[in-house]
Amino acid sequence: MSNYIKLVALGLVTLFAMIAANYARDPAYMVHAILIMVIAGVMFLYTLRTVGEPQLASGPNEHEYFDDVVRYGVIATAFWGVVGFLVGVVIAFQLAFPVLNFEWTQGIGNFGRLRPLHTSAVIFAFGGNALLATSFYVVQRTSAVRLWGGNLAWFVFWGYQLFIVLAATGYLLGGTQSKEYAEPEWYVDLWLTVVWVSYLAVFLGTIIKRKEPHIYVANWFYLAFIVTVAMLHVVNNLTIPVSIWGSKSVIVWGGVRDAMTQWWYGHNAVGFFLTAGFLGMMYYFIPKRAERPVYSYKLSIIHFWSLIFLYIWAGPHHLHYTALPDWASTLGMVFSVVLWMPSWGGMINGLMTLSGAWDKLRTDPVIRMMVISVGFYGMSTFEGPMMSIRAVNSLSHYTDWTIGHVHSGALGWNGMITFGALYFLVPVLWKRERLYSLQMVSWHFWLATIGIVLYAASMWVTGIMEGLMWREVDANGFLVNSFADTVAAKFPMYVVRGFGGVLYLAGAIIMCYNLWMTVRKAPAKEASLTVAVPAE
Amino acid sequence: MSKPSQKFEGDPTTTGHSWDGIEEFNNPLPRWWVWVFYLTIIWGIGYTIAYPAWPGITGASTGLLGWSSRALVDEELQEAEAANAAINERLASVELTAIAGDPELNTYATQAGAAVFRTWCTQCHGSGAAGVQASGYPNLLDDDWLWGGDIENIHYTISHGIRNEDDDDARYSEMPAFGEILEEEEITQVANFVMTLSGETPADAAAVEPGAIVYEDNCAACHGDAGEGDVFQGAPNLADAIWLYGGDYDTLVETVTYSRYGVMPPWTPRLSEAQIRAVAIYVHGLGGGQ
Repeated sequence: MSNYIKLVALGLVTLFAMIAANYARDPAYMVHAILIMVIAGVMFLYTLRTVGEPQLASGPNEHEYFDDVVRYGVIATAFWGVVGFLVGVVIAFQLAFPVLNFEWTQGIGNFGRLRPLHTSAVIFAFGGNALLATSFYVVQRTSAVRLWGGNLAWFVFWGYQLFIVLAATGYLLGGTQSKEYAEPEWYVDLWLTVVWVSYLAVFLGTIIKRKEPHIYVANWFYLAFIVTVAMLHVVNNLTIPVSIWGSKSVIVWGGVRDAMTQWWYGHNAVGFFLTAGFLGMMYYFIPKRAERPVYSYKLSIIHFWSLIFLYIWAGPHHLHYTALPDWASTLGMVFSVVLWMPSWGGMINGLMTLSGAWDKLRTDPVIRMMVISVGFYGMSTFEGPMMSIRAVNSLSHYTDWTIGHVHSGALGWNGMITFGALYFLVPVLWKRERLYSLQMVSWHFWLATIGIVLYAASMWVTGIMEGLMWREVDANGFLVNSFADTVAAKFPMYVVRGFGGVLYLAGAIIMCYNLWMTVRKAPAKEASLTVAVPAE
Repeated sequence: MSKPSQKFEGDPTTTGHSWDGIEEFNNPLPRWWVWVFYLTIIWGIGYTIAYPAWPGITGASTGLLGWSSRALVDEELQEAEAANAAINERLASVELTAIAGDPELNTYATQAGAAVFRTWCTQCHGSGAAGVQASGYPNLLDDDWLWGGDIENIHYTISHGIRNEDDDDARYSEMPAFGEILEEEEITQVANFVMTLSGETPADAAAVEPGAIVYEDNCAACHGDAGEGDVFQGAPNLADAIWLYGGDYDTLVETVTYSRYGVMPPWTPRLSEAQIRAVAIYVHGLGGGQ
């Protein structure tokens, strides 16, 4: 019976997508309609061919962890990571050498089209898949039950990949709301909402049916991330489509309210996606890899609640000295500065968990990766509050300093903790004794670290330089530099930045090879870790 | 199944929970962490009292210091304006030609003009004022002037612009698109001839002689018999090896066939008279002023 409902639904989706492709007002919408038509059509045919065939006798074993989806998530994380870093390297060199915006790629491959592709690929495709995969892994292990919702987890995974493809192709074809980190247009937003609510259901369902008496701290962070991102996404994307046959839509907020909503969203995409979610990762993988208890339970409670309470108010610091009223700007700045210690609570708990196991830094490059990640987290969460101070911001705003700041966070903190988690997960998920090569992990570690240092240092230099050049006036109060002068002066630092990106990308490619060889060549492990048993 | 955490002698107690082997120590909050956290909170409360912060029903608190970002900008702008008011007035009222002879005024105008240029002119003429030949933005460093390079002409061009529809006094002239008038062969001939005017080697030497006749009939009226140009109608000098759009054969054929129509906006609506005079002095002083 359910197969017939499925057939009818898939048939209708295919038909509607066909009509939509026909009436499409713009290329992004048309390509998306065709894509959805093909996907729904293939699923329709597949379902049709299996109708009436006897169901396989045994369903999934409720006593086993649902690790298939985690394995797919790990592969997707590595894949999108390399894609995102590669696009980043390309646009870094496009800025240094504008001739790389080739005439024949205009309208698709120029910097303006590729830049959101890079940011979304690393944040939502690489980071998002890392969060999906690790949260599904961690919530099962720390709740000692299989994921709730059966195949819903598969829907979340594949639905999220479809979102990524729709978003990425949309940017290249010009379908964008022009809201930073929220570029996808209305129908892509609606689809993500459906996927995200399913994600919340799977995660919350698993926590509710847990066999452990308490909810582990990593799961608090993951849950805060999922719930808050749902709220941010919905509110920031309240748009009215111009036509149901086109990708263009109009936001319901106007003027400075729209700007404020956008940066409330934008800052908390950093705060909850890239901070809270990744702290969830940190709280599982560091104690697990170090085999030491978490440093302080008390600290984890206090810093969790203070972090999520304070972060949500910090957005206005993105709009200092704009049309935003002064009072809102002050509050954004004050909340940002007060946020400093709650952010550092996570760093302390991460680093101090290693006390008593510091020797592992010498022997285990994976631990080294996790530790430097927490180090970069601490550095970025000090730099952030500092840059939110109005006087500092008046120098740093609109300059490359901001770009350097987000990359020390993204490459250092998010990237490194994800690499650490992947190095931990692959041998476990594919039941291998160990990684294929620890030496390659060391290479990855150093390439990535040097890459980040080159990136961040060059952006500090050029950011502060251009900030000073912009405000430089002579004795009569006249500007000394033209904008083009400041751009020309940045050239050498842009080359250094691009080179740092190349190193980081090279490290990630080495990681992919290492993980691939771990699955193929590393000796298999006998004992299985996949049966759900409460720890006590 | 899962490996339990390792523990050593002297470790604090744990909370007694264990998830997949992970336990938690009962360590207290680090003292310095708590104190810095308290300090930032106290500072934050103080800061919100000193600065505009607390939203109410009809408005927000203005803060004890009375700080306002908009008032600050206003104040700084007024200060800067007041500081230069006297000299600006002098700059706007003296004879244009007298500015160069007044060292104080000339220095001030050059500096002010450079700032105006960097803000408003570099987009087309380049930050070094060398122009962009591919787009037909003139080089301002050489001594070749389309509409005249003395201070009064430069001042007029900046004030009213060229071939724009916003200013009735804009400089205006229009070269016909000879693709609609001449045969293709005649165009190639005249292009070859024009190349010889500035001493270039023509692409086809045999075409030069007939090209001279085409030139005399169609071009000499504006560009002059020897290609010396005419600043009264903005007709470029063709004999000086300085090219607005380019002097190679292909570019010349394109120019003759389709004509060109470079536009410059008028600046009187956007800049003050003192600013326009200043930037005129600056451009005049760049090297090619007459």
